[in-house]
Amino acid sequence: MATLTVNRAALGGFSFENCKRNALLEGEANKVGCSLPSARKTGTTICGVVFKDGVILGADTRATEGMVVADKNCSKIHYISPNIYCCGAGTAADTEMTTQIISSNLELHSLSTGRLPRVATANRMLKQMLFRYQGYIGAALVLGGVDCNGPHLYSIYPHGSTDKLPYVTMGSGSLAAMAVFEDRYKPDMEEEAAKQLVRDAIAAGIFNDLGSGSNIDLCVITKGKVDYLRPHDEANKKGVRTGDYKYKRGTTGYSLLITHRRHDVFISSMEMMSEVTCVL
Amino acid sequence: SMLDGTGPEWLSEEVKTGTTIIAIEYNGGVVLGSDSRVSAGASVVNRVMNKLSPLHDKIYCALSGSAADAQTIAEMVNYQLDVHSMEIGEDPQVRSAATLVKNISYKYKEELSAHLIVAGWDRRDGGQVFATLKGLITRQPFAVGGSGSSYVYGFVDAEYRRGMNKEDCQQFVVNTLSLAMSRDGSSGGVAYIVTIDEHSTEEKVILGNDLPTFFDQ
Repeated sequence: MATLTVNRAALGGFSFENCKRNALLEGEANKVGCSLPSARKTGTTICGVVFKDGVILGADTRATEGMVVADKNCSKIHYISPNIYCCGAGTAADTEMTTQIISSNLELHSLSTGRLPRVATANRMLKQMLFRYQGYIGAALVLGGVDCNGPHLYSIYPHGSTDKLPYVTMGSGSLAAMAVFEDRYKPDMEEEAAKQLVRDAIAAGIFNDLGSGSNIDLCVITKGKVDYLRPHDEANKKGVRTGDYKYKRGTTGYSLLITHRRHDVFISSMEMMSEVTCVL
Repeated sequence: SMLDGTGPEWLSEEVKTGTTIIAIEYNGGVVLGSDSRVSAGASVVNRVMNKLSPLHDKIYCALSGSAADAQTIAEMVNYQLDVHSMEIGEDPQVRSAATLVKNISYKYKEELSAHLIVAGWDRRDGGQVFATLKGLITRQPFAVGGSGSSYVYGFVDAEYRRGMNKEDCQQFVVNTLSLAMSRDGSSGGVAYIVTIDEHSTEEKVILGNDLPTFFDQ
């Protein structure tokens, strides 16, 4: 029987092929005086919440490279399948590629079963891959979707452990976002209230965490419909300059003539300064 | 490197189930109990995790140590037990489940850092509790595990009596968990209790303020 997954299952253990290549490349680069680019991390605040009709995923849009913002408007909510989306925090390349690999395998699996994929399936595939790499793939994910068994939300950690919860946050801004959730989450919220809650949680991360910033993206997943709202809220619009140094068209220019006069100084009288004592 | 300590904790710190877990056998079944805290460094990432994971209808295991390792072992053994029980055509023995866990824990003992206590009921030997720490397998009347267990060894040694009935066992488990959760920083949240006997498997949650309180300045 032909195998249906593109991803060839690794034959046990971690493959160090790329580590050898990286070490070689680093040596080559150092020889000519350059350094290898560092892994770009998405500082990040991502979160998800289960509401009455489905799940809502939220994310900020800042990607950082050390202390510099590398991308002011990157997309952290990735497509997995028509009914399942996944937010990613951690190393940007890892989250991007991991979600793409699982999305591809899930599509093949879905064609094989003839059914809409389930969130639990995506969760299993992601956790088994991340566990196989023992945490070296730095991808922390919030996976959410609606399938035949209802809405589901999972958080997946880089070492391969997962938690199935009604609300989750991940990323450097996760503590700020979780504070908002713990205060205001209620089970079976309406869509508008849930969207406002997720927006506020991400905003808490954006304004209180240095690694998160820019805009708020939302993804509302319900049975049969997905609203990908990018951006949902431009929390950090670039300011508009109120003044301008440019002259308007038609301005006439003129210059002031300045004449210099030399003054001769005459000493007419000399006065003896009496002694003055300063008293504090 | 992406795994250095200057980034957020959950990137460099492995997610651990801090934990207190306990399993005790009585005449006719077993009672398992656990706390619900999962930590990554100093941050609690899940305050309501159920660490009593089903391996089969009447066999459960209690997870402690690295969350990823423990979850993966439990899921693998769950799968292997499903296949095994279909092959033998009846419910598997608790000893079989414990042996499967032991096989994984022993073979990968250098790479894994998780401890699972396996407990359940089968027709042949009734209620049984097995400890599988570091790849051994030993049947015990009761077993405690996790970081919080250190604080309650004295209590369980002093308070355990042979021949307790189901209600006494449940109370014993709840008391032990409550004491451990109040002293161990890595244990907390709510208490999950699972009671397995010939007729049923009963899962119960005891919320924080319903736990018994002891001397507390």
